[in-house]
Amino acid sequence: MKKMFNGIKYLLPALMLSGAAASSAEELHVYNWSDYIAEDTIAQFEQQTGIKVVYDVYDSNEVLEAKLLAGRSGYDLAFPTARPFADRHIKAGLYQPLDKSKLSNLGNLDPVIMASLADIDADNKHLVPYMWGTTGIGYNVNKVREILGDDMPLDTWRLVFDPEIVAKLAECGVSLMDDPTEVFVAARAYKGLPTDDFSKSAINEAADTISAIRPHIRYFHSSQYINDLANGDLCVAHGYSGDVLQARDRAAEAGNGVEVAYAVPSEGAVVWTDVMVVPADAPNPAAAHQFIDFLLKPEVIAPITNYVAYANANTAATDLVDEEIRNDAGIYPPEQTREKLIVLKTPSEREMRDMNRTWTRVKTGQ
Amino acid sequence: MKLKQYLPPARNLIIAVPWFWLALFFLLPFLFVLKISLSEPILAQPPYLDLIREIEDGFVTIVVNFSNYQLLLEDSLYLSALLGSLKVATVSTLLCLLIGYPMAYAIARSPSHWRLPLLMLIILPFWTSFLIRIYAWIGILKGNGLLNNLLMGLGLIDSPLEIMHTPLAVYIGVVYNYLPFVVLPLYATLIRLDLTLLEAAADLGCRPWKQFLLITLPLSMPGVLAGAMLVFIPVMGEFVIPDLLGGPDTLMLGKLMWIEFFNNKDWPLASSLAALLLVALILPFVLLRHFERRAEEAAA
Repeated sequence: MKKMFNGIKYLLPALMLSGAAASSAEELHVYNWSDYIAEDTIAQFEQQTGIKVVYDVYDSNEVLEAKLLAGRSGYDLAFPTARPFADRHIKAGLYQPLDKSKLSNLGNLDPVIMASLADIDADNKHLVPYMWGTTGIGYNVNKVREILGDDMPLDTWRLVFDPEIVAKLAECGVSLMDDPTEVFVAARAYKGLPTDDFSKSAINEAADTISAIRPHIRYFHSSQYINDLANGDLCVAHGYSGDVLQARDRAAEAGNGVEVAYAVPSEGAVVWTDVMVVPADAPNPAAAHQFIDFLLKPEVIAPITNYVAYANANTAATDLVDEEIRNDAGIYPPEQTREKLIVLKTPSEREMRDMNRTWTRVKTGQ
Repeated sequence: MKLKQYLPPARNLIIAVPWFWLALFFLLPFLFVLKISLSEPILAQPPYLDLIREIEDGFVTIVVNFSNYQLLLEDSLYLSALLGSLKVATVSTLLCLLIGYPMAYAIARSPSHWRLPLLMLIILPFWTSFLIRIYAWIGILKGNGLLNNLLMGLGLIDSPLEIMHTPLAVYIGVVYNYLPFVVLPLYATLIRLDLTLLEAAADLGCRPWKQFLLITLPLSMPGVLAGAMLVFIPVMGEFVIPDLLGGPDTLMLGKLMWIEFFNNKDWPLASSLAALLLVALILPFVLLRHFERRAEEAAA
């Protein structure tokens, strides 16, 4: 549902502007996650540059990856997650190196985040960080408290992996992401096991943990929980920080009495970065550079963070972000939480395949 | 007159048009799929190795790799997905026939000025996007959706029924969506049925239910078969409905193909699955045609 409405929402400004511009106007084809930009960002860029933006959205890295691997996607700019996706795309030669002379605002970026990307992208040649966040737990405060009592700590993976607790929550709904890497790493963090091990035995250990709670899981999905948390159809969701916070805001706007909260589990949670890339076969790389540089402006990226509830990688923009969002521990986690965050190791192709097969078995209860 | 001798007969030309169509839009794409299914996956663009490779200048070798098919036969996951798809397709086809037959029968027997509006009621939902109709079912079936709120409002149930994300939801979605494919061919056969046959049977003292079993049902079998095929074949490869309405334990071939293609980036294995699915669908169809023809010949 979300995807369709977005398509319309983003197309409208483009359509209105294209009426005015000549048909020979320069075009930029952007492929981004759904709900991942502010409402007026594109219109502003079009007004300033006269470039017509054709904006499409996806809801999983896999869909973007398939288009890039097939080649001639026609997109000039995309927003994959750095690990493991952009990492292996660089190895497969899918991106072109950026022309940094055209990115005058590159200095605004957080040097710590830039350094954290250097091991997968030497000298930050291909990747420019856009937003970052964590993968934790979103929950319906009232319902979960009602079932588990007031004393139970809620910032723990036990909410989705402890069979006793999940059994109690099952009736009001528990969901896991449909992403083997995220779920296996979370399951291993819950057990206190090393999270950079993707050997067969490590995968099987994690699979056992998940199999034990699988009968109580309502569904495995990586975006559906946004609506369901907001409507009160779901009690606990394993999900992306910003998505859960969007669910919280939607519930508050609807005034339906549903209170949603986000927690970074104390056992550790995955921290991820989404990056901007220009595909090797992009038809208009020059316009893509212009758009990247536009998004690197503090006054452009700050309102996006306000709108999508994800932290941007732009140090210069932090002061421009709404105070409420800047001080939200779910969006800009405090130092002691940041220490516990897990940076994903990219699994090898062999490990990835083992993980995906095991994942299908676990999900279907084979 | 001379020219005519060299041209193929007009009849062959007319038959050639659909054959050409099939070759261009069915055979050719299938050969692409078959080619990919015999290669190996790599991390590159495109993500598979070409079958024809140049080793040294001028020397060309063709490397064919059957390991994908071997894996499909060895790994029980694919067999259970095939069985899962077979089960959903069979049950939905039967349900569609059970519900669709009385509908088609009633429309065919209704006064003639009623038939068009009734048929329109069957066809009209198709003017809405398929995806929107399935999303509408999510709104109806979910925990605090229309159905549960109605039943709870009437006091019939205390807590919401769990229908979303269960096999029941998949059957509801599939039967709803494919029902017109059964009703329309059945209606077409039933409306052509010669009613004097039934009158003659009645004159000779045949009871109505026996008239139906001995005359109407056998004569409508072509419609039943056509309808069953139109449901069974697409449901075998159905992906969207089980993905949106089904739960984690709904394992079907379409979903497995998606996983191989998108999650594993294994285009060769996904292609082998597609090729096997096609064989699994075409084989029974060819056999059926074969037996039909033999029956026709025997009758003649």
